[in-house]
Amino acid sequence: MATHVRTAEGSLDLPAILKDCLMTGLVVFALAAPIIGLRTIDTPGGLGIDYRFDDVAFAVLAGIVGRFLLNLYWAYGGRRRPKAKTEEIAGGRAGAFMKKVGLYGGPAAILFAIAMPMLPFADRYTLDVAILVLTYIMLGWGLNIVVGLAGLLDLGYVAFYAVGAYSYALIAAHFDWSFWVCLPLAGLFAAFFGVILGFPVLRLRGDYLAIVTLGFGEIIRVVLLNWYEFTGGPDGVSGVPRPSLFGLEFARSSSDGPTFHQFFGLEFSSLHRIVFLYYVILALALITNFVTLRLRKLPIGRAWEALREDEIACRSLGINPTNTKLTAFAIGAMFGGFAGSFFATRQGFISPESFTFIESAVILAIVVLGGMGSQIGVVIAAIFLIGGTEVFRDLEQYRMLAFGGAMVLIMIWKPRGLLAHREPTLRLPPSRKPEAAPLAGGAS
Amino acid sequence: MSALLEIAGVETFYGNIQALRGVDVSVEKGEIVTLIGANGAGKSTLLMTLCGSPQARSGQITFDGVDITRKPTFEIIRMGIAQSPEGRRIFARMTVMENLMMGGTTADPAHFDADLEKVFTLFPRLKERQGQRGGTLSGGEQQMLAIGRALMSRPRLLLLDEPSLGLAPLVVKQIFEAIKQINQEEGMSILLVEQNAFHALRLADRGYVLVNGAITLAGTGRELLARPEVRAAYLEGGH
Ligand SMILES: Nc1ncnc2c1ncn2[C@@H]1O[C@H](COP(=O)(O)OP(=O)(O)OP(=O)(O)O)[C@@H](O)[C@H]1O
Ligand SMILES: [Mg+2]
Repeated sequence: MATHVRTAEGSLDLPAILKDCLMTGLVVFALAAPIIGLRTIDTPGGLGIDYRFDDVAFAVLAGIVGRFLLNLYWAYGGRRRPKAKTEEIAGGRAGAFMKKVGLYGGPAAILFAIAMPMLPFADRYTLDVAILVLTYIMLGWGLNIVVGLAGLLDLGYVAFYAVGAYSYALIAAHFDWSFWVCLPLAGLFAAFFGVILGFPVLRLRGDYLAIVTLGFGEIIRVVLLNWYEFTGGPDGVSGVPRPSLFGLEFARSSSDGPTFHQFFGLEFSSLHRIVFLYYVILALALITNFVTLRLRKLPIGRAWEALREDEIACRSLGINPTNTKLTAFAIGAMFGGFAGSFFATRQGFISPESFTFIESAVILAIVVLGGMGSQIGVVIAAIFLIGGTEVFRDLEQYRMLAFGGAMVLIMIWKPRGLLAHREPTLRLPPSRKPEAAPLAGGAS
Repeated sequence: MSALLEIAGVETFYGNIQALRGVDVSVEKGEIVTLIGANGAGKSTLLMTLCGSPQARSGQITFDGVDITRKPTFEIIRMGIAQSPEGRRIFARMTVMENLMMGGTTADPAHFDADLEKVFTLFPRLKERQGQRGGTLSGGEQQMLAIGRALMSRPRLLLLDEPSLGLAPLVVKQIFEAIKQINQEEGMSILLVEQNAFHALRLADRGYVLVNGAITLAGTGRELLARPEVRAAYLEGGH
């Protein structure tokens, strides 16, 4: 396509623009003709097709006009058409900015998250959305260990989410143990599955690994769907027990002991349980974050990152790549499992339908959009993607369109994710050497 | 009395292609041994075979009296062999310091500070640049980092694959000075692969010439430098 919309003398290169617009029109036509132009309708004789030429024409026209305006903007708006950005390796400005964000933004966000339920706008709906967003932040952080740090493209992360949810639901149902006992068990189960899956597949690289993990995610779902006696198949597991606060239940009344509101002498409110759930997921998410930040500074975390950078160099430094990848996989899976347990206890009901590929895709989108390996990036991306789709529920069928469009825009604007800058892990070089201080940096 | 490293009749294949055809090389303790040869002769393959990736199809590699031919790479490295690989393979998005820390993965952390100090004395440039990302270093600095990273594992045998590749003469000289220093001060045994035959042979105690996956000549550095066939093939018209 044309790249010069203005000639050297500064006048508009009209033929180039027209060609560009026509090309756009063609592309839109190719896309719109089958998608918009054809519509299946019920006719007495079966399925029929309705042709909508006017709508296609309208779409093509909109495309051409839009492209023309965009060209004008490029010509006179002062800015060139955005170039494909080269890989950002250097620290520089982004580094200084990230240091500030890490230093003040992180703690501020945490304080806000803690205070959120007490703020005036925190009604039931807001809290529900916040819980959902936090669940995805946690999942994003969990997957970030695998994808962002260790560089292993995992398209089946939902499998561990599912294993965690079902472990919790089934253990709780069979043994009648409390949430706080089942939660770690579910996490361990998920980690165990991570190892089982990881062992055979982590020899694979890149695309192959992605495909196999994708398959694994589907296998887990299909097993859950078909193992009727154990998992309830498509009926799922219902009556998953709710979490309690040191044995205090969040109910109007309870047969065993006082409930939360009775114990504290409060008026019963269904909001108490929601607020409690909010703090549970907030705590779980923060634990995930702190563990990740801590691990990054330990040899194992560094080994993950080194493995992402260059596997051959890692081998030549005596790192066992398989074991190193396995730990990343298992730890990522464990956090997925925790999130799954939380999901089960919050919903009270789980079925295989909640664990489809689209979940993996959304979590991966959060990690990639956030900038692979950036903790704060995950938060922003999760708020944007999950919160955004919730807020735009009114748009109904255009919601997914907005979702996709927004993702495309971000990827054009920031091809390496919102916060692609990698913060060095901190370690002051040999003690008693103050002149070596410039290495210092904040949390990322 | 056996050598530190003993390579006997090693054959390595990539699929059906034979890259090494029965190579015999030995490195004594405290020696610098250089391996020279044309592009594609199999020099890098030999170093990689030493590290068990790919593994030799036949022949035997003995390090410090232990047969390492069939050991996995990470075990071989843990026995005290370090490699500065071809193309340096710096961790681009990690800082100089982090790269060096990765080098120390297999070493006792108690030695870290002292080892770091040694590397910084050897390459003061790295000390200045310790907070900089590996990928943004110049070629010479990256080579220093690759060698420094290898040294951080406290190896008994250091494998260097074309450390002078793509560097300006002055930097090449610096790197070779450093190699000499490591050898003399630490008594480190070094197996050096080089295209830059003149420098390498002058520095080395002994040398081997590898042609098409087989050793065709061996001798002290001085001897090889004087051989007319070496001069003709690797020294004339350059250096
Ligand atoms: N991974 C591989 N797969 C297949 N063939 C390979 C592989 N690596 C190297 N070879 C082949 O093995 C032969 C020896 O290669 P090697 O890299 O050892 O040469 P070299 O002596 O190091 O050359 P240079 O000086 O150019 O680095 C070459 O013919 C090369 O094409
Ligand atoms: Mg080579």
